[in-house]
Amino acid sequence: MTHDQETVRISGHIIDSLLLAKVLDIILMMGGTFDLEDVVIGKTREEPSHARIIIRATSSALLDDILKAIQPHGASVERESDCRTDAAPADGVFPDNFYATTHLPTHVRLDGHWVEVDRIEMDLGIVIDERSSTARAVPMGGVRRGDRIVVGRDGVRVTPLPRPRERDVFGFMESQVSAERPHAHVIVDIAARMRQLRDWHRQGQAESKVLLAGGPAIVHAGGREALAWLIEQGFIHVLFSGNALAAHDMEADLYGTSLGYGLSAGRAVPRGHEHHLRTINRIRAIGSIAAAVESGVIKQGIMAACVRHRVEVVMAGTIRDDGPLPGVITDSVAAQAAMRAAIPGVGLALLVASTLHAVATGNLLPATIPTVCVDVNPAVPTKLADRGSFQAVGLVMDAASFLRDVARELGWKS
Amino acid sequence: MSRLLVCPPDYFRIDYEINPWMCRSNVVDSERAVQQWHQLMQVLEQDVGVALERMQPVKGLPDLVFTANAGVVVECKAVTSRFRHPERQREEAHFEAWFRAHGYEVITLDEGLYFEGAGDLLGFSDVWFGGYKQRSEIRVFSRLSELFGREIIPVELVDSRFYHLDTCFCPLSGGELLYFPPAFDRYGQAAIAERVSSECRLIVPEAEALKFACNAVCVGKHVVLPAGCPETMKMLDARGYRSHPVPLEEFMKSGGSAKCLTLALD
Repeated sequence: MTHDQETVRISGHIIDSLLLAKVLDIILMMGGTFDLEDVVIGKTREEPSHARIIIRATSSALLDDILKAIQPHGASVERESDCRTDAAPADGVFPDNFYATTHLPTHVRLDGHWVEVDRIEMDLGIVIDERSSTARAVPMGGVRRGDRIVVGRDGVRVTPLPRPRERDVFGFMESQVSAERPHAHVIVDIAARMRQLRDWHRQGQAESKVLLAGGPAIVHAGGREALAWLIEQGFIHVLFSGNALAAHDMEADLYGTSLGYGLSAGRAVPRGHEHHLRTINRIRAIGSIAAAVESGVIKQGIMAACVRHRVEVVMAGTIRDDGPLPGVITDSVAAQAAMRAAIPGVGLALLVASTLHAVATGNLLPATIPTVCVDVNPAVPTKLADRGSFQAVGLVMDAASFLRDVARELGWKS
Repeated sequence: MSRLLVCPPDYFRIDYEINPWMCRSNVVDSERAVQQWHQLMQVLEQDVGVALERMQPVKGLPDLVFTANAGVVVECKAVTSRFRHPERQREEAHFEAWFRAHGYEVITLDEGLYFEGAGDLLGFSDVWFGGYKQRSEIRVFSRLSELFGREIIPVELVDSRFYHLDTCFCPLSGGELLYFPPAFDRYGQAAIAERVSSECRLIVPEAEALKFACNAVCVGKHVVLPAGCPETMKMLDARGYRSHPVPLEEFMKSGGSAKCLTLALD
């Protein structure tokens, strides 16, 4: 939901006369909100003061009413201009002074009309299609020579997130992360969202997918069965991971170990360290994870569930990977593009036990998507929560405990 | 010696209704109006000792008599008014001509930027106040502040009976303020209280405010005000001012009194 907004200016002796206070009070009393920008206080009693106020309202009618009410007190609507563009000088290069996006809903003004920027995410540029009068966020590597790229800040509007209507843990947009906070109510709320999104997804509604970005600790810590169950029950629709999550998941299926540790015995098994290499080699020989599952070599687990339930999987490689498994994208720009392509339609993101994939996914998500970041290391949820008015819930807890608790809440019988 | 611009009430009558005081059926007794006006002039000239500049009345412009709304004069500069109501806009050219003929540098405001002269701009030596929303527009005060290099605190007039600042707010020469607080909203009252200490704020009782006790002319220690305001006179006397009550009921029919009938030129 975006707000209608207008920028007004007020100047004169607005401080001692309490005019600024009066105008702000009127905005609030009428049900609007404001951001006060560029307040310049006169240095002497004779010198005037100036303020720029961005007013937001939930409807254009309310915004009009507010503007009408404050206009007699000297607040005048700032003349707005279209956004400015320059041509990209080369493939993969933005023009100087390009506008760098935030992950918040953004509009640009084209020929007097405000147009929403499509596929918004943070730290991108905005490319304008002049023929169709549309705007889209574009990564630096995706720009082509001659593309019209927005420069400067004129004609660009960024809208802070309105408080969500839902009264669950996301509705409070808590950004604090603490290991001491009780988790139970948060997990109940997350499970309720997932149940609702599964219903919506089955009905074919937009933005009903659940994305899970996870690391191999899910397998090491014992969360494999719970996650596989969640996938089988249709609660997860997109999986982002690296090489390791898939490798250890399939290692567990083939050898009963995770990085050589017996998952049930709880101790290193002889030559267990070879298991993940043998697993990777086996899958490489078969040609793909899907073929390994379909041929019955891989019978259970996370990857088997993904293949059987047609979960969209994006595996992004790193320089420490063994193998890697077939399907792992080793070109990081290509991997980023594949992850980006899987984001539309996501209505909830679970970032579990992977600093690398949690941060990479967080960077790609618009602020409007509720996000849960789970890690035993408080630094990871804190890093994501620090990105501003992100609807992020940080949970400092073990990945397996989280997945098991959520699955139990949704009916898993362990 | 102080100089005031005045205009004889030869054509003064109620031809239209542009404030709550005006009622066309409430006919002005012209003879009495002329008599009251002359008495006011006599008090100003003889008792207070000001010099009067009389401008030529014009047939068909009944409110030209209220010269406070001609504009505002600061030294040799005159900013002429831009009346909100078309009935009074026809006065603008006559006031402007008078200023030009008397050697003032005339500054005209953009069309549509309403400003009703000294009726809405009054001040002390250190700070001026501008009344807005009923007649003058708030935007004009930024312009005037820039023009004169003065601080102007805009205050909203919230009671239509007190449609100009000079109907409810009268700065006195000693720094005191004669005023009627309910004519302002709480922001205006707070802004006034911030600049005029409580011992200097003389609050006029409502009954006398409605007789336009605040529409007074203060020159030195003399205050000329409409008759029938004993409480106000008592307050003024206690502060060492000499009150001069003048009966001006005929002009109250039009929503004006002593101050509205004069414009300070120096």
